[in-house]
Amino acid sequence: MNNSWLIENARWIDPSVGLDRVGRLLIQDGRFAGLDCRDGDLPKGIQHIDARGLIGGPGFVDLGTIFGEPGREEDETLTTGLHSALAGGFTSIAMSSSTEPPIDSAASVQFVLQKAARASLAKLYPLGCVSKERKGEELAEIGSLVESGVVALSDAPRSIDNTALMRRALEYCSMFDRPLLAHPEVMSLSRGGVMHEDMTQLVLGLPPMPAEAEDLATARDLRLVEATGGRLHLLSISTSGSVDLCRGARGRHLPFTAGIYIANAHMLDEQLKSFDANCKINPPMRSASHIAACLAGLADGTIDIISSGHRPCSLEKKMQELDAAPFGMVSLETTLGQVVTHLIRPGVLDWSAAFAKLSLNPAKLLGIDAGSLAPGKPADLVLIDPDQSWTVDAPAMKTKAYNTPLQGTELHGMVIASFVDGERRYKKGD
Amino acid sequence: MTFAFSSSLPEQWKHRHLLGLENLSADEITLILDLAEHLHTATEGGRVKLDLLKGRTVANLFFENSTRTRNSFSLAAKRLGADTVEFSSSGSSVSKGETFIDTAKTIEAMGVDAVVVRHATPGTPHLLARHLEAAVINAGDGPHEHPTQGLLDLCTIRQKRGSLEGLTVALVGDIAHSRTARSNIWGLLKLGAKPIVCGPATLVSKTWEKFGVEVAYSLDEILPRCDVLNLLRIQFERQAIRPFPSVHEYALLYAMTNERMKRSKPDILIMAPGPINRGVELTPEVADGPHSVILKQVTNGISIRMAVLWLLLGKKGVR
Repeated sequence: MNNSWLIENARWIDPSVGLDRVGRLLIQDGRFAGLDCRDGDLPKGIQHIDARGLIGGPGFVDLGTIFGEPGREEDETLTTGLHSALAGGFTSIAMSSSTEPPIDSAASVQFVLQKAARASLAKLYPLGCVSKERKGEELAEIGSLVESGVVALSDAPRSIDNTALMRRALEYCSMFDRPLLAHPEVMSLSRGGVMHEDMTQLVLGLPPMPAEAEDLATARDLRLVEATGGRLHLLSISTSGSVDLCRGARGRHLPFTAGIYIANAHMLDEQLKSFDANCKINPPMRSASHIAACLAGLADGTIDIISSGHRPCSLEKKMQELDAAPFGMVSLETTLGQVVTHLIRPGVLDWSAAFAKLSLNPAKLLGIDAGSLAPGKPADLVLIDPDQSWTVDAPAMKTKAYNTPLQGTELHGMVIASFVDGERRYKKGD
Repeated sequence: MTFAFSSSLPEQWKHRHLLGLENLSADEITLILDLAEHLHTATEGGRVKLDLLKGRTVANLFFENSTRTRNSFSLAAKRLGADTVEFSSSGSSVSKGETFIDTAKTIEAMGVDAVVVRHATPGTPHLLARHLEAAVINAGDGPHEHPTQGLLDLCTIRQKRGSLEGLTVALVGDIAHSRTARSNIWGLLKLGAKPIVCGPATLVSKTWEKFGVEVAYSLDEILPRCDVLNLLRIQFERQAIRPFPSVHEYALLYAMTNERMKRSKPDILIMAPGPINRGVELTPEVADGPHSVILKQVTNGISIRMAVLWLLLGKKGVR
């Protein structure tokens, strides 16, 4: 496959250098080769794309993405998941360790890396378990995991409930300069919960997941970062309390970043009135005041990173009663549409900030060579039609699962193509 | 108002299912209460069987234990000439490897016209309603709703007082886990009564105030203003961490005793959805005393369920 391209007339966004202008981007031998090259410099046989009206920028980087392989291939395989990633503009995936068996050994790291290499789709960066068997009891062999190629450590979507283990993990990970990616939730307050605790939950009588279950875990983890100096990324904050805590900690220059799953930036707890198990996600859809706080946190930079929260579940699992149905929604292919519709069009973020939160910041967190269009960098790229509206249709998506509460809703902003190392591995309509 | 049961159904009834009282209007609730009274008269209190639902089949699909609600629905169906079929299943459908919806579809395929469903999880009747052609009647979905219980409580109060308008009705006990409380709250608000929820703070959310419901923690404080007390059963089985220190302390604070009766309005009505824990929510003297309408509630339950079944199944079945 040819990996040299000249992409003309697109609006290029690169927050790493503050770039936002129209130009022609050269990709040569799988790497970016700069904007505004002269015709005389073009290599022979290069392919041209006229991208007039499109926006181009560094491919998105997702954190904590859940696939099902190995162990739950009925939900998603590595191939369907990585294909779904490209269709959503994600060229790098830091995959959750929550496979079966979990990624807590060098062998399991090798397995997923080899599978992903064979698929030749989006790039896969496995996350390693913080605790053995992801049980939250004792440390996994973090040193060997780092040796075998994990970019960060995480037990998410499970929270690390044991405070002593969390402290040890932050200390231990800091030796390897790897961040710990945490899902903040105090389980004794939310175990068995199905939805956010508020007016809607009171009426429906579903088991509650109170906001303070997250607030307390956020407060605890930030305090432990302060105590240990370990690097922390909060994957999934969703409450006004968490946003306030993170804003306060930012002033103390702690080594942490804060992230949000895109659903928590716009989906209201009232959606559960449908009793649709696809609305059962974790963190749960919160009430309006929490969403407003999250939007403020995104706008003022308190929340650094937007992740998809992709968590596929096979149809039969979501057909169960609400308390038995697992958490999760598929979202790799809707994230951009959600960002454009609910963050960019209403003016919460501009395109540069959106690319920073979807690409540059997560790439920097993981220390991977992505998130920038700078010459010499791997040509991982997404082309977007910012104005194109479309209707979410789960069966038409690349993901194997169907569990999205956005089915049938209209979103703005469509991924037109995704390039990995200069290869166009996804093209809308193919 | 008189009903001609041989003709078609009242036009104001538009629902295919009865899933809860939250989404019914005051007129629709009143219609059911009126119908229930007429059906009680028409069946001469159960001594005469009608054939309004002859040829129809009602399935009881209970995923939680129940004696009175199940039998009440069966009797109601039989008094209208319908056939009944009983299914029960303990534990979740997952343990059997069959989804809940598959179970219900199997039963529907046997040719039933209505499914009466009880389940520990809120929303399961709503899930069924989306997947089945049959009419779905919610006979209790976890702590969410129990519409026929709410209706029979309203029916009992109205019988005794003529109207709900302006009455102060306290729901006492485990509000958090009570479907009866929720169905009562919606019905009472719609019919102009003033509901109070009263119980330990661990089981009574302050958030109810946002819905126009008074929240109280002291029974003794509200007792002198109450026209009706509905004493809800403490649902020990639904609680992971006990929300109060002991049954003894609960009874001390919230049990309706003879001593508390003396400080109540002289015409107070004592209700309980049952099954009752004698000595916990109320003492035997109060349960069996002159103010108690607990057994009247049971009788009204059958009339209410006849009315609901006829509204949902009668249209095509009238001969």
